[in-house]
Amino acid sequence: MSLDPTRQRQVQELASLWGAPPGWRSLSAVNHTVVGIRFMVTAFVFFLIGGVLAMLIRAQLAMPGNDFVGPEVYSQLFTMHGTVMMFLFAIPVIEGFAIYMLPKMLGARDLAFPRLSAFAYWCYLFGGIIVVGSLLVGMAPDTGWFMYTPLSSSAYTPGINADVWLIGVTFVEVSAVAAGVEFMATILKVRTAGMALNRMPILAWYLWVTAAMMVIGFPPLILGSILLEIERAFDWPFFDPTRGGDPLLWQHLFWLFGHPEVYIIFLPAAGIISTILPVMAGRPLVGYTWIVCSIVALGFISFGLWVHHMFTVGIPHLALGFFSAASLLVVLPTSVQFFAWLATLLKGRPRMDLPMLFVYGFFFTFVIGGLTGVMVAVVPFDWQVHDTHFVVAHFHYVLIGGQIFPALAAAYYWLPHFTGRTASRTVGVIVFWLILVGFTVTFLPMHLTGLLGMPRRVYTYAPDVGWTWLNLTSSIGGFIMAIGFALFILDVVLQIRTGRRTARNPWNAETLEWAMPLPPPTYNIGSLPWVKSRTPVHDDPQLEDDLQAGRGLLATPRNGWRETLVVSMLDGKPEQVLLLPGPTWVPLYTAIAAAVFFGGLLAKTYLLSLLGLAAVLVCALMWVWDGGLKRDPGPLDIGCGATAVPHPAAAMPPSLWGLVFLLAANGTLFASLVFGYLFLWVVAPNWPPPVFVPVDWASPLVTLTGLGLGFAGVLRAAQVNRQGRDLGRQAWLLLASLGGLIAAAGFTVVPAMLAPPVQDHAYAAVNAFAGAYMAVHAVLAVVFTGHAFARGRAGWLSAVRAVEVRAAVIWWSYTAGTGLVTLAVIHLLPRMAGS
Amino acid sequence: MLAGSVLILAGIMGTALYALRRNRRGHGVSERAMLIGGGVLFPFVTLFALMVWSLVGERLAAEDDPSLFQLEARGHQFWWEFTYPDVGGAPLYGAGEALIPAGEPLLVALESQDVIHSFWVPRLAGKMDAIPGRTNLMRLSADAPGTYAGQCAEFCGNQHLNMRFIVHALPAAELAARLEALAATAPDPALPGAADFAEHCAACHSVDPRQRGGPGPNLAALALRSQLGGGAPYAGADDLRRWLLDHPDIKPGSRKPPTTVNHDTLDRIITYLESTRP
Repeated sequence: MSLDPTRQRQVQELASLWGAPPGWRSLSAVNHTVVGIRFMVTAFVFFLIGGVLAMLIRAQLAMPGNDFVGPEVYSQLFTMHGTVMMFLFAIPVIEGFAIYMLPKMLGARDLAFPRLSAFAYWCYLFGGIIVVGSLLVGMAPDTGWFMYTPLSSSAYTPGINADVWLIGVTFVEVSAVAAGVEFMATILKVRTAGMALNRMPILAWYLWVTAAMMVIGFPPLILGSILLEIERAFDWPFFDPTRGGDPLLWQHLFWLFGHPEVYIIFLPAAGIISTILPVMAGRPLVGYTWIVCSIVALGFISFGLWVHHMFTVGIPHLALGFFSAASLLVVLPTSVQFFAWLATLLKGRPRMDLPMLFVYGFFFTFVIGGLTGVMVAVVPFDWQVHDTHFVVAHFHYVLIGGQIFPALAAAYYWLPHFTGRTASRTVGVIVFWLILVGFTVTFLPMHLTGLLGMPRRVYTYAPDVGWTWLNLTSSIGGFIMAIGFALFILDVVLQIRTGRRTARNPWNAETLEWAMPLPPPTYNIGSLPWVKSRTPVHDDPQLEDDLQAGRGLLATPRNGWRETLVVSMLDGKPEQVLLLPGPTWVPLYTAIAAAVFFGGLLAKTYLLSLLGLAAVLVCALMWVWDGGLKRDPGPLDIGCGATAVPHPAAAMPPSLWGLVFLLAANGTLFASLVFGYLFLWVVAPNWPPPVFVPVDWASPLVTLTGLGLGFAGVLRAAQVNRQGRDLGRQAWLLLASLGGLIAAAGFTVVPAMLAPPVQDHAYAAVNAFAGAYMAVHAVLAVVFTGHAFARGRAGWLSAVRAVEVRAAVIWWSYTAGTGLVTLAVIHLLPRMAGS
Repeated sequence: MLAGSVLILAGIMGTALYALRRNRRGHGVSERAMLIGGGVLFPFVTLFALMVWSLVGERLAAEDDPSLFQLEARGHQFWWEFTYPDVGGAPLYGAGEALIPAGEPLLVALESQDVIHSFWVPRLAGKMDAIPGRTNLMRLSADAPGTYAGQCAEFCGNQHLNMRFIVHALPAAELAARLEALAATAPDPALPGAADFAEHCAACHSVDPRQRGGPGPNLAALALRSQLGGGAPYAGADDLRRWLLDHPDIKPGSRKPPTTVNHDTLDRIITYLESTRP
């Protein structure tokens, strides 16, 4: 296909507009293609590190009484294997995949917040380096990947090992929450025209539910890690039963995250199956609506099962029954998907291309993992096999079956997309059989090892207990699997170097990521399509040519802007033109500042941490200062006779949706805190505390006044701004800032003078923590309001350009709401308890 | 459960592989029938049956019942302390091995001294955690007299492995006699090793079956046990000597400090502790 010279020039302009600078300056790139590939490659490197750890574990267990490594090293090996695979591979690889793929599938040119995904990448990289670096110095976490306290408390793990986990993993989780917010806002708003919700590729639904689960699922663990780190560093007794804490609180917070985590890993993989399988079967997916309903249901149910990891801690009969039932119920949405896949296969004409081989491998392994999962959901059976190698075998079937096989299917399916070349079928088939056979030889006998009574996490075993040949078999299988992965790497390298150039859309696929030249140019698509069905590429074989020739939306670059579309949530009508930022160092600087903060915590030099925190704030302010318009814009022509306003003049641009989803994550953290407060009060030993917060109405009244002043102030500021009264808006913003300062003081200064000492009892500690949480939010409310004020002074605001004012209103709503709850919990609860 | 699982696996894989055949039926299969029948009804019915079976038959959570035989099991890094709350009107302390009645249920009260442990005797019952700050009750019963191996089942630190224990199930009459005898068993205080033990060991270990003692296990009836340090075999003085000299290698990471006394003292202490051997 050849383009006419005018179009040629436009395409060149698009390419340079969206391109990243060359050389080392490309580290400032924020484009989703670059960041997504970085994410995936980094995740794969961590996967290899985790794999080497697994090999060391299998080497140690191959023979009874082996002294290849001692117990200290072995504890680090299995802790780090779990931590690296779960936190540094399984989740980030999904993030990387989604960052790369989502805009391409949605017909967009980038994600809603490119700088945020770049920031997420750096947080992930730095956090991962902290975690893995500890291995090199022999101080890696060694208390198991779920870090049960009190084993992980400073009394039993005095070294830095547990701090590495708590701080490094939290750093990585910041990245996960950022990515989750990014995906939620992108999928709902940043699609191409005409892509109504029911026309989205099925993978987008899967990724949206996954992102929502990340946003809701990670905060309980983040809270748990913060509390445990505070306990370790400053002796606030959240988990110490002798002082009113409870080790079970950690288990609840951990599994409140930990169970949804399994589905966070599985859902994108299932989405990959739902994308690849219909293409290979040559017909559209059976039961699109059914699948959408079942993944949404799965998202909800998965938050109701965390207690099934705790069946042996002494749970009342009725609760056991409830959580056991919920654990079985979660099978339903999964089986709906399986039967939809089977029906698609039966009704189509499936061909056994390379990706399909791995899809069948997924069927075989994951069904076994699911069935053993049903077994362990049955309480009496679980009491027997819990914490044995049976469970180890079960979750490797679920995780490797449920993620690695789909990921390999995805790799072989989409590699032509990354490289523009085709894979060698022969090598791929050998890779498949090596991994499948190696996997089965490793983990199928391990079920039996567990049933014969071998517990998890023992560094060796005696020759006379009958586990020898089973363990040896597993070790041999593990090494076969490792050879398979080595061959996979070789295969990918060969494909990149020597593979045949592929035709476009080599699989005859249906979705928009194939409607672009391969490998994709920096701007993804020459122009955005107006989508009329769920299978746009299938409907119109000429689509790629048309789009490249500019017969679509936003075909012509203007003003040097990076533009993509924002559509209405339900029906995909074009609403706004999103103006995206180009390469910038701010995300990297922000992540470095955050690394200084976390590094200071790790080294227990808290002054450094404070400096890091201040630097984060400065970077964040630089970040949000960028962009915007100084004059009220008119509607822009987007092509095909349609117009849309630039996003700074829209009522609800994606950034505000991002803020709403971020606050949803924050709200989950707050809800977990209130849950923890009540849990300790009701369940923990050694309650009631020796002293309650004294009856004092002055401090809550001061705080309430501050909250009320701030909230009313921003509301009024937004109102007068709509009337175009700039001066009035500025005055009300100032007043609201004052309210924030009063509230911050009310949450810290007064209670700090009156409250009982925090190290004496968990009650005092949790009160102080809640107060500090609210004080931080009040201070940030001042920052939000002050930012709006400064933007107003500099002329970025008007009656239509009011994003910063609205952001302040949203932040203040959250702060006032959670502030009221906090005041009620701190001051009313002890009165109600009758003390 | 296994047979059903194999059947389901075969059904799914069979269907998926059948779909690959060139000449076959199935193109006319009703989507709705597959989704409702296979995706919803089939798992719902099977799982509901499984659920009822698992919850109705079993008594999952134990309740306090003073009529049953009582045993307290307390997890320490890395050994189990067993206390019989009432033997002749006072508690009796022991470690590493527990005596229980055969043919009748008993209640085990699980507690922890430090981190979370889990009490597991595979042939008698499932497992239950011992959590600091709370007491979990577990009901178990040994149908026949015999010796049963047990181990800690929740990772509790580097020597989680060597936190094994032994449970002896005895007929009721024999059990009562054995417990009475244990309450009167202690090393001979007339031996010269008694003074050495008092000087070097007594800060951690008690040799009085009626006294709990310091942070280490009670050693009153040590020579009647068949293993040392939660796993090492124990048949006589040689095993005890090897344990005392080499335990940092046998059980690296255990809380027991290395033995520093000279050979003669060690001999006297071993003779003293061995004096309860019949």
